[in-house]
Amino acid sequence: MSKHHVSTTINGEPTEFLCEPQLTLLDVLRDEIDLTGSKEGCSSGDCGACSVTVDGRLVCSCLMLAVEAEGRTIETIEGMARGHDLHPLQRKFLEHAALQCGFCTPGLLVAAKALLDRNPNPTETETRYWLAGNLCRCTGYDKVIRAVLDAAAELRGE
Amino acid sequence: MLAYAAPSTVEEAVRILAGASGVAKILSGGTDLLVQLRSGRARPDLIVDTKKIPGISGIRQQDGAFVIGAATPGAVIGECEALRRAWPGVVEATNLIGSTQVQGRASLAGNLCNASPAADSVPALIAARATCVVAGANGRREIPVESIVTGPGRTSLGADELIIEFHLPRRPPRSADAYLRFIPRTEMDIAVVGAGVTVTLDAGGVCTDARVVLGAVAPTAVVVADAAAALIGRTLDSTALAGLDGAAQRACKPIDDKRGTIEYRTKVAGVMARRAATIAYQRAGER
Repeated sequence: MSKHHVSTTINGEPTEFLCEPQLTLLDVLRDEIDLTGSKEGCSSGDCGACSVTVDGRLVCSCLMLAVEAEGRTIETIEGMARGHDLHPLQRKFLEHAALQCGFCTPGLLVAAKALLDRNPNPTETETRYWLAGNLCRCTGYDKVIRAVLDAAAELRGE
Repeated sequence: MLAYAAPSTVEEAVRILAGASGVAKILSGGTDLLVQLRSGRARPDLIVDTKKIPGISGIRQQDGAFVIGAATPGAVIGECEALRRAWPGVVEATNLIGSTQVQGRASLAGNLCNASPAADSVPALIAARATCVVAGANGRREIPVESIVTGPGRTSLGADELIIEFHLPRRPPRSADAYLRFIPRTEMDIAVVGAGVTVTLDAGGVCTDARVVLGAVAPTAVVVADAAAALIGRTLDSTALAGLDGAAQRACKPIDDKRGTIEYRTKVAGVMARRAATIAYQRAGER
Protein backbone atom coordinates (compact mmCIF):
# COMPACT_ATOMS: atom_id res chain seq x y z
CA MET A 1 0.00 0.00 0.00
CA SER A 2 1.43 3.31 -1.05
CA LYS A 3 1.74 6.16 1.39
CA HIS A 4 0.16 9.49 0.64
CA HIS A 5 2.29 12.56 0.17
CA VAL A 6 0.81 15.54 2.00
CA SER A 7 1.85 19.19 1.68
CA THR A 8 0.58 21.45 4.41
CA THR A 9 1.48 24.48 6.50
CA ILE A 10 2.03 23.94 10.21
CA ASN A 11 2.59 26.94 12.47
CA GLY A 12 3.53 29.02 9.42
CA GLU A 13 6.08 26.51 8.11
CA PRO A 14 5.48 24.69 4.82
CA THR A 15 5.59 21.03 5.87
CA GLU A 16 5.50 17.79 3.90
CA PHE A 17 5.03 14.28 5.15
CA LEU A 18 4.21 10.77 3.97
CA CYS A 19 1.44 8.89 5.73
CA GLU A 20 -0.80 5.87 5.55
CA PRO A 21 -4.48 6.74 5.12
CA GLN A 22 -5.65 5.46 8.49
CA LEU A 23 -3.32 7.72 10.47
CA THR A 24 -4.88 10.70 12.20
CA LEU A 25 -3.48 14.20 12.07
CA LEU A 26 -2.60 13.74 15.75
CA ASP A 27 -0.61 10.57 14.98
CA VAL A 28 1.44 12.43 12.37
CA LEU A 29 1.93 15.59 14.43
CA ARG A 30 3.27 13.60 17.36
CA ASP A 31 5.05 10.65 15.76
CA GLU A 32 6.29 12.01 12.41
CA ILE A 33 6.78 15.73 12.94
CA ASP A 34 7.74 15.57 16.64
CA LEU A 35 5.18 18.15 17.65
CA THR A 36 4.24 16.40 20.87
CA GLY A 37 2.47 19.34 22.50
CA SER A 38 -0.91 18.10 21.25
CA LYS A 39 -1.89 15.24 23.55
CA GLU A 40 -3.75 12.01 22.96
CA GLY A 41 -6.39 11.70 25.66
CA CYS A 42 -9.46 9.79 24.53
CA SER A 43 -9.01 9.39 20.73
CA SER A 44 -12.75 9.82 20.37
CA GLY A 45 -13.22 13.58 20.30
CA ASP A 46 -14.47 13.84 23.88
CA CYS A 47 -11.52 15.34 25.78
CA GLY A 48 -10.07 18.07 23.54
CA ALA A 49 -6.44 17.42 24.56
CA CYS A 50 -5.50 17.15 20.87
CA SER A 51 -7.13 20.47 19.84
CA VAL A 52 -5.56 22.29 16.89
CA THR A 53 -6.94 24.75 14.35
CA VAL A 54 -7.29 23.89 10.67
CA ASP A 55 -7.76 26.94 8.43
CA GLY A 56 -8.63 28.81 11.62
CA ARG A 57 -11.31 26.34 12.70
CA LEU A 58 -10.94 24.55 16.05
CA VAL A 59 -10.95 20.75 15.65
CA CYS A 60 -9.80 17.60 17.42
CA SER A 61 -6.73 16.35 15.56
CA CYS A 62 -7.65 12.79 16.63
CA LEU A 63 -10.84 13.08 14.55
CA MET A 64 -9.13 14.12 11.32
CA LEU A 65 -7.13 11.94 8.96
CA ALA A 66 -3.63 13.20 8.30
CA VAL A 67 -4.25 12.97 4.53
CA GLU A 68 -7.02 15.56 4.93
CA ALA A 69 -4.34 18.10 5.89
CA GLU A 70 -3.35 18.46 2.22
CA GLY A 71 -3.33 22.15 1.35
CA ARG A 72 -4.62 23.22 4.76
CA THR A 73 -3.13 25.59 7.34
CA ILE A 74 -2.67 24.06 10.77
CA GLU A 75 -1.85 25.80 14.05
CA THR A 76 -0.77 23.80 17.09
CA ILE A 77 0.22 24.74 20.64
CA GLU A 78 3.86 24.92 19.47
CA GLY A 79 2.96 27.98 17.37
CA MET A 80 1.43 29.96 20.21
CA ALA A 81 4.44 31.54 21.94
CA ARG A 82 6.70 33.88 19.96
CA GLY A 83 10.15 32.51 20.79
CA HIS A 84 10.51 32.97 24.55
CA ASP A 85 7.56 35.38 24.73
CA LEU A 86 4.57 33.50 26.00
CA HIS A 87 1.14 34.32 24.59
CA PRO A 88 -0.98 36.26 27.14
CA LEU A 89 -3.16 33.15 27.56
CA GLN A 90 -0.10 31.09 28.48
CA ARG A 91 1.07 33.73 30.98
CA LYS A 92 -2.38 34.00 32.55
CA PHE A 93 -2.64 30.21 32.88
CA LEU A 94 0.59 30.32 34.90
CA GLU A 95 -0.48 33.35 36.98
CA HIS A 96 -3.86 31.84 37.84
CA ALA A 97 -2.46 28.32 38.36
CA ALA A 98 -4.91 27.11 35.74
CA LEU A 99 -3.11 23.77 35.43
CA GLN A 100 -1.75 21.05 37.62
CA CYS A 101 -0.72 17.95 35.67
CA GLY A 102 -0.72 19.94 32.42
CA PHE A 103 -2.04 17.22 30.12
CA CYS A 104 -5.13 19.17 29.08
CA THR A 105 -3.33 22.53 28.94
CA PRO A 106 -2.19 22.60 25.29
CA GLY A 107 -5.71 21.78 24.13
CA LEU A 108 -7.28 24.30 26.47
CA LEU A 109 -4.88 27.02 25.30
CA VAL A 110 -5.49 26.33 21.61
CA ALA A 111 -9.27 26.25 22.20
CA ALA A 112 -9.20 29.43 24.30
CA LYS A 113 -7.17 31.25 21.64
CA ALA A 114 -9.69 30.20 18.99
CA LEU A 115 -12.42 31.70 21.18
CA LEU A 116 -10.63 35.01 21.73
CA ASP A 117 -9.71 35.28 18.03
CA ARG A 118 -13.48 35.26 17.29
CA ASN A 119 -14.86 36.94 20.36
CA PRO A 120 -12.46 39.26 22.21
CA ASN A 121 -14.97 39.87 25.00
CA PRO A 122 -16.70 36.58 25.86
CA THR A 123 -18.93 36.21 28.91
CA GLU A 124 -18.12 33.59 31.51
CA THR A 125 -21.01 31.47 30.21
CA GLU A 126 -19.83 31.73 26.61
CA THR A 127 -16.33 30.76 27.71
CA ARG A 128 -17.57 27.75 29.68
CA TYR A 129 -19.67 26.46 26.77
CA TRP A 130 -16.87 27.06 24.25
CA LEU A 131 -14.45 25.04 26.41
CA ALA A 132 -16.95 22.29 27.30
CA GLY A 133 -15.12 19.93 24.93
CA ASN A 134 -11.86 20.29 26.87
CA LEU A 135 -11.75 18.04 29.90
CA CYS A 136 -9.55 18.82 32.91
CA ARG A 137 -9.43 16.51 35.92
CA CYS A 138 -7.24 18.75 38.09
CA THR A 139 -8.44 22.32 38.23
CA GLY A 140 -12.20 22.08 38.46
CA TYR A 141 -12.21 24.60 35.58
CA ASP A 142 -12.68 27.77 37.68
CA LYS A 143 -9.03 28.79 37.41
CA VAL A 144 -9.04 28.04 33.69
CA ILE A 145 -12.06 30.26 33.12
CA ARG A 146 -10.55 33.08 35.22
CA ALA A 147 -7.28 32.84 33.29
CA VAL A 148 -9.05 33.02 29.93
CA LEU A 149 -11.21 36.00 30.94
CA ASP A 150 -8.17 37.79 32.39
CA ALA A 151 -6.17 37.16 29.22
CA ALA A 152 -9.09 38.45 27.15
CA ALA A 153 -9.12 41.67 29.22
CA GLU A 154 -5.36 42.11 28.74
CA LEU A 155 -5.65 41.51 25.00
CA ARG A 156 -8.39 44.17 24.85
CA GLY A 157 -5.93 46.57 26.51
CA GLU A 158 -7.90 46.82 29.77
CA MET B 1 -5.39 -2.34 3.70
CA LEU B 2 -7.25 0.93 3.72
CA ALA B 3 -7.30 3.17 0.63
CA TYR B 4 -8.21 6.84 0.51
CA ALA B 5 -9.70 8.84 -2.36
CA ALA B 6 -10.58 12.53 -2.51
CA PRO B 7 -12.60 13.04 -5.71
CA SER B 8 -13.01 16.58 -7.00
CA THR B 9 -16.45 16.15 -8.62
CA VAL B 10 -19.71 14.42 -7.68
CA GLU B 11 -19.46 12.25 -10.81
CA GLU B 12 -15.97 11.09 -9.86
CA ALA B 13 -17.16 10.31 -6.31
CA VAL B 14 -20.04 8.22 -7.71
CA ARG B 15 -17.67 6.41 -10.10
CA ILE B 16 -15.31 5.57 -7.26
CA LEU B 17 -18.14 4.37 -5.01
CA ALA B 18 -19.76 2.32 -7.78
CA GLY B 19 -16.42 0.73 -8.69
CA ALA B 20 -15.29 -0.04 -5.13
CA SER B 21 -14.56 -3.72 -4.64
CA GLY B 22 -14.89 -3.84 -0.85
CA VAL B 23 -16.63 -1.69 1.75
CA ALA B 24 -16.44 2.03 1.05
CA LYS B 25 -17.18 4.70 3.65
CA ILE B 26 -17.93 8.31 2.88
CA LEU B 27 -15.96 10.86 4.88
CA SER B 28 -17.46 14.30 5.52
CA GLY B 29 -16.54 15.70 8.94
CA GLY B 30 -15.35 12.33 10.21
CA THR B 31 -16.46 12.91 13.81
CA ASP B 32 -18.32 9.60 13.84
CA LEU B 33 -16.32 7.71 11.19
CA LEU B 34 -12.92 8.21 12.84
CA VAL B 35 -14.24 7.00 16.18
CA GLN B 36 -15.62 3.90 14.45
CA LEU B 37 -12.32 3.30 12.62
CA ARG B 38 -10.48 3.46 15.93
CA SER B 39 -12.90 1.13 17.73
CA GLY B 40 -13.02 -1.35 14.85
CA ARG B 41 -16.79 -0.95 14.43
CA ALA B 42 -16.15 0.27 10.88
CA ARG B 43 -13.59 -1.64 8.81
CA PRO B 44 -13.77 -0.07 5.36
CA ASP B 45 -11.46 -0.92 2.47
CA LEU B 46 -11.85 2.56 1.05
CA ILE B 47 -12.55 6.02 2.44
CA VAL B 48 -14.02 8.54 0.00
CA ASP B 49 -13.43 12.08 1.27
CA THR B 50 -16.07 14.39 -0.22
CA LYS B 51 -14.59 17.69 0.88
CA LYS B 52 -12.71 18.43 -2.37
CA ILE B 53 -16.04 18.53 -4.25
CA PRO B 54 -16.98 22.18 -4.99
CA GLY B 55 -20.14 23.24 -3.15
CA ILE B 56 -20.15 20.23 -0.80
CA SER B 57 -19.42 22.70 2.01
CA GLY B 58 -21.22 26.03 2.21
CA ILE B 59 -24.69 27.60 2.33
CA ARG B 60 -26.51 29.47 -0.42
CA GLN B 61 -29.94 31.09 -0.65
CA GLN B 62 -32.32 30.70 -3.59
CA ASP B 63 -35.55 32.76 -3.47
CA GLY B 64 -35.84 32.43 0.29
CA ALA B 65 -34.99 28.72 0.27
CA PHE B 66 -31.63 27.47 1.52
CA VAL B 67 -29.19 24.96 0.06
CA ILE B 68 -26.75 23.55 2.59
CA GLY B 69 -23.80 21.52 1.30
CA ALA B 70 -23.74 17.99 2.71
CA ALA B 71 -20.34 18.41 4.41
CA THR B 72 -20.85 21.95 5.74
CA PRO B 73 -19.49 22.01 9.32
CA GLY B 74 -21.94 22.78 12.13
CA ALA B 75 -19.91 25.85 13.10
CA VAL B 76 -20.42 27.32 9.60
CA ILE B 77 -24.16 26.62 9.81
CA GLY B 78 -24.28 28.37 13.20
CA GLU B 79 -22.53 31.44 11.80
CA CYS B 80 -25.04 31.90 8.94
CA GLU B 81 -27.19 34.81 10.13
CA ALA B 82 -29.87 34.41 7.42
CA LEU B 83 -30.28 30.69 8.14
CA ARG B 84 -30.53 31.34 11.89
CA ARG B 85 -33.33 33.82 11.22
CA ALA B 86 -35.27 31.53 8.87
CA TRP B 87 -34.68 28.16 10.57
CA PRO B 88 -33.59 28.75 14.19
CA GLY B 89 -34.63 25.22 15.20
CA VAL B 90 -32.53 23.53 12.53
CA VAL B 91 -29.53 25.64 13.50
CA GLU B 92 -29.89 25.09 17.26
CA ALA B 93 -30.28 21.34 16.70
CA THR B 94 -27.17 21.22 14.50
CA ASN B 95 -25.16 23.23 17.00
CA LEU B 96 -26.04 20.79 19.81
CA ILE B 97 -23.92 18.08 18.15
CA GLY B 98 -20.77 17.63 20.24
CA SER B 99 -18.25 20.20 21.37
CA THR B 100 -16.85 23.32 19.71
CA GLN B 101 -14.16 21.07 18.23
CA VAL B 102 -16.73 18.62 16.85
CA GLN B 103 -18.72 21.56 15.42
CA GLY B 104 -15.60 22.49 13.46
CA ARG B 105 -16.07 19.35 11.36
CA ALA B 106 -19.41 17.59 11.98
CA SER B 107 -21.87 17.79 9.06
CA LEU B 108 -25.59 17.28 8.41
CA ALA B 109 -24.91 14.41 5.99
CA GLY B 110 -22.74 12.70 8.59
CA ASN B 111 -25.25 13.18 11.40
CA LEU B 112 -28.00 11.78 9.16
CA CYS B 113 -26.11 8.85 7.60
CA ASN B 114 -24.51 7.77 10.89
CA ALA B 115 -28.16 6.89 11.54
CA SER B 116 -28.16 7.20 15.30
CA PRO B 117 -31.73 7.31 16.66
CA ALA B 118 -30.55 10.18 18.90
CA ALA B 119 -29.05 12.39 16.15
CA ASP B 120 -29.96 15.98 17.05
CA SER B 121 -30.16 17.58 13.61
CA VAL B 122 -32.44 14.90 12.14
CA PRO B 123 -35.77 15.62 13.92
CA ALA B 124 -35.30 19.34 13.21
CA LEU B 125 -34.57 18.72 9.52
CA ILE B 126 -37.56 16.40 9.14
CA ALA B 127 -39.84 18.87 10.95
CA ALA B 128 -38.60 21.51 8.49
CA ARG B 129 -39.61 19.29 5.53
CA ALA B 130 -35.98 19.36 4.43
CA THR B 131 -35.04 17.31 1.40
CA CYS B 132 -31.67 15.98 0.36
CA VAL B 133 -30.17 15.54 -3.07
CA VAL B 134 -28.71 12.07 -3.51
CA ALA B 135 -26.25 11.41 -6.33
CA GLY B 136 -25.63 7.91 -7.64
CA ALA B 137 -24.86 5.88 -10.73
CA ASN B 138 -28.41 6.48 -12.00
CA GLY B 139 -28.19 10.25 -11.62
CA ARG B 140 -29.60 12.53 -8.95
CA ARG B 141 -32.82 12.40 -6.95
CA GLU B 142 -34.26 14.76 -4.37
CA ILE B 143 -35.94 12.95 -1.50
CA PRO B 144 -37.30 13.83 1.96
CA VAL B 145 -34.76 13.55 4.79
CA GLU B 146 -37.03 11.04 6.58
CA SER B 147 -36.56 8.51 3.76
CA ILE B 148 -32.81 8.11 4.45
CA VAL B 149 -32.57 6.38 7.84
CA THR B 150 -34.16 2.92 8.00
CA GLY B 151 -32.92 1.83 11.43
CA PRO B 152 -30.04 2.29 13.86
CA GLY B 153 -26.86 2.49 11.75
CA ARG B 154 -28.77 1.71 8.53
CA THR B 155 -29.74 3.93 5.58
CA SER B 156 -31.63 3.49 2.32
CA LEU B 157 -28.67 4.77 0.28
CA GLY B 158 -27.15 2.44 -2.32
CA ALA B 159 -23.44 1.61 -2.25
CA ASP B 160 -22.92 4.01 -5.19
CA GLU B 161 -24.82 6.89 -3.59
CA LEU B 162 -23.95 9.93 -1.53
CA ILE B 163 -25.87 12.95 -0.28
CA ILE B 164 -24.57 16.15 -1.85
CA GLU B 165 -26.84 18.83 -0.38
CA PHE B 166 -29.86 19.62 1.77
CA HIS B 167 -32.72 21.92 0.77
CA LEU B 168 -34.78 23.91 3.27
CA PRO B 169 -37.94 25.43 1.82
CA ARG B 170 -38.91 29.10 1.75
CA ARG B 171 -40.86 30.17 4.85
CA PRO B 172 -44.37 31.65 4.79
CA PRO B 173 -44.89 34.66 7.08
CA ARG B 174 -45.28 33.97 10.84
CA SER B 175 -43.43 30.65 10.62
CA ALA B 176 -40.75 29.38 12.98
CA ASP B 177 -39.23 26.20 14.32
CA ALA B 178 -37.54 25.04 17.51
CA TYR B 179 -35.59 22.00 18.68
CA LEU B 180 -35.07 20.88 22.25
CA ARG B 181 -33.34 17.84 23.60
CA PHE B 182 -33.25 16.47 27.10
CA ILE B 183 -29.88 15.47 28.54
CA PRO B 184 -29.06 15.10 32.23
CA ARG B 185 -26.33 17.77 32.02
CA THR B 186 -26.03 21.04 30.10
CA GLU B 187 -23.53 20.18 27.35
CA MET B 188 -21.64 17.33 25.69
CA ASP B 189 -24.18 14.52 25.89
CA ILE B 190 -26.46 12.41 23.71
CA ALA B 191 -30.20 13.11 23.57
CA VAL B 192 -32.43 11.07 25.90
CA VAL B 193 -35.31 12.65 23.98
CA GLY B 194 -35.27 15.23 21.18
CA ALA B 195 -38.23 17.20 19.81
CA GLY B 196 -38.36 19.34 16.67
CA VAL B 197 -41.45 21.47 16.02
CA THR B 198 -42.24 23.87 13.19
CA VAL B 199 -45.39 26.00 12.99
CA THR B 200 -47.02 28.60 10.77
CA LEU B 201 -49.56 30.96 12.38
CA ASP B 202 -52.21 33.23 10.89
CA ALA B 203 -52.52 36.90 11.87
CA GLY B 204 -54.67 35.91 14.87
CA GLY B 205 -52.11 33.47 16.23
CA VAL B 206 -54.03 30.40 15.07
CA CYS B 207 -51.81 27.57 13.82
CA THR B 208 -52.35 26.83 10.12
CA ASP B 209 -49.52 24.36 9.63
CA ALA B 210 -47.38 22.30 12.00
CA ARG B 211 -44.98 19.39 12.03
CA VAL B 212 -43.74 17.57 15.13
CA VAL B 213 -40.83 15.11 15.05
CA LEU B 214 -39.32 13.18 17.95
CA GLY B 215 -35.81 11.75 18.25
CA ALA B 216 -34.27 9.08 20.52
CA VAL B 217 -37.64 7.46 21.32
CA ALA B 218 -37.75 4.90 18.46
CA PRO B 219 -35.31 3.20 16.05
CA THR B 220 -35.59 6.24 13.75
CA ALA B 221 -36.88 9.79 14.17
CA VAL B 222 -40.70 9.76 14.32
CA VAL B 223 -43.03 12.16 12.50
CA VAL B 224 -46.01 12.56 14.84
CA ALA B 225 -48.92 13.52 12.60
CA ASP B 226 -51.43 13.40 15.49
CA ALA B 227 -49.33 15.89 17.44
CA ALA B 228 -49.35 18.32 14.51
CA ALA B 229 -53.11 17.79 14.12
CA ALA B 230 -53.58 18.76 17.78
CA LEU B 231 -51.99 22.14 17.04
CA ILE B 232 -53.56 23.01 13.68
CA GLY B 233 -56.67 25.19 13.83
CA ARG B 234 -56.00 26.38 17.39
CA THR B 235 -53.96 28.90 19.29
CA LEU B 236 -51.48 27.32 21.69
CA ASP B 237 -54.11 26.82 24.41
CA SER B 238 -54.22 24.12 27.06
CA THR B 239 -56.27 21.80 24.81
CA ALA B 240 -53.70 22.05 22.04
CA LEU B 241 -50.83 21.45 24.45
CA ALA B 242 -52.54 18.47 26.10
CA GLY B 243 -53.32 16.98 22.67
CA LEU B 244 -49.72 17.49 21.57
CA ASP B 245 -48.34 15.93 24.75
CA GLY B 246 -50.62 12.87 24.51
CA ALA B 247 -49.92 12.30 20.81
CA ALA B 248 -46.16 12.62 21.37
CA GLN B 249 -46.26 10.05 24.17
CA ARG B 250 -48.32 7.61 22.09
CA ALA B 251 -45.78 7.83 19.23
CA CYS B 252 -42.87 6.68 21.44
CA LYS B 253 -41.36 3.20 21.07
CA PRO B 254 -38.21 3.77 23.08
CA ILE B 255 -35.61 1.44 24.51
CA ASP B 256 -34.67 1.08 28.17
CA ASP B 257 -31.04 2.00 28.69
CA LYS B 258 -28.74 3.73 31.15
CA ARG B 259 -29.83 7.15 29.94
CA GLY B 260 -33.57 6.64 30.38
CA THR B 261 -36.24 4.02 30.95
CA ILE B 262 -39.12 3.50 28.53
CA GLU B 263 -41.53 5.17 30.96
CA TYR B 264 -39.23 8.13 31.53
CA ARG B 265 -38.46 8.72 27.85
CA THR B 266 -42.15 8.53 26.99
CA LYS B 267 -43.15 11.11 29.59
CA VAL B 268 -40.26 13.43 28.74
CA ALA B 269 -41.14 13.24 25.02
CA GLY B 270 -44.47 14.91 25.79
CA VAL B 271 -42.76 17.58 27.87
CA MET B 272 -40.10 18.32 25.23
CA ALA B 273 -42.74 18.50 22.48
CA ARG B 274 -44.79 21.01 24.51
CA ARG B 275 -41.77 23.17 25.31
CA ALA B 276 -40.43 23.12 21.75
CA ALA B 277 -43.90 24.03 20.44
CA THR B 278 -44.11 26.92 22.91
CA ILE B 279 -40.78 28.29 21.67
CA ALA B 280 -41.76 27.84 18.01
CA TYR B 281 -45.08 29.69 18.56
CA GLN B 282 -43.33 32.50 20.38
CA ARG B 283 -40.80 32.89 17.57
CA ALA B 284 -43.49 32.73 14.88
CA GLY B 285 -45.58 35.32 16.71
CA GLU B 286 -42.65 37.74 16.70
CA ARG B 287 -42.41 37.70 12.89
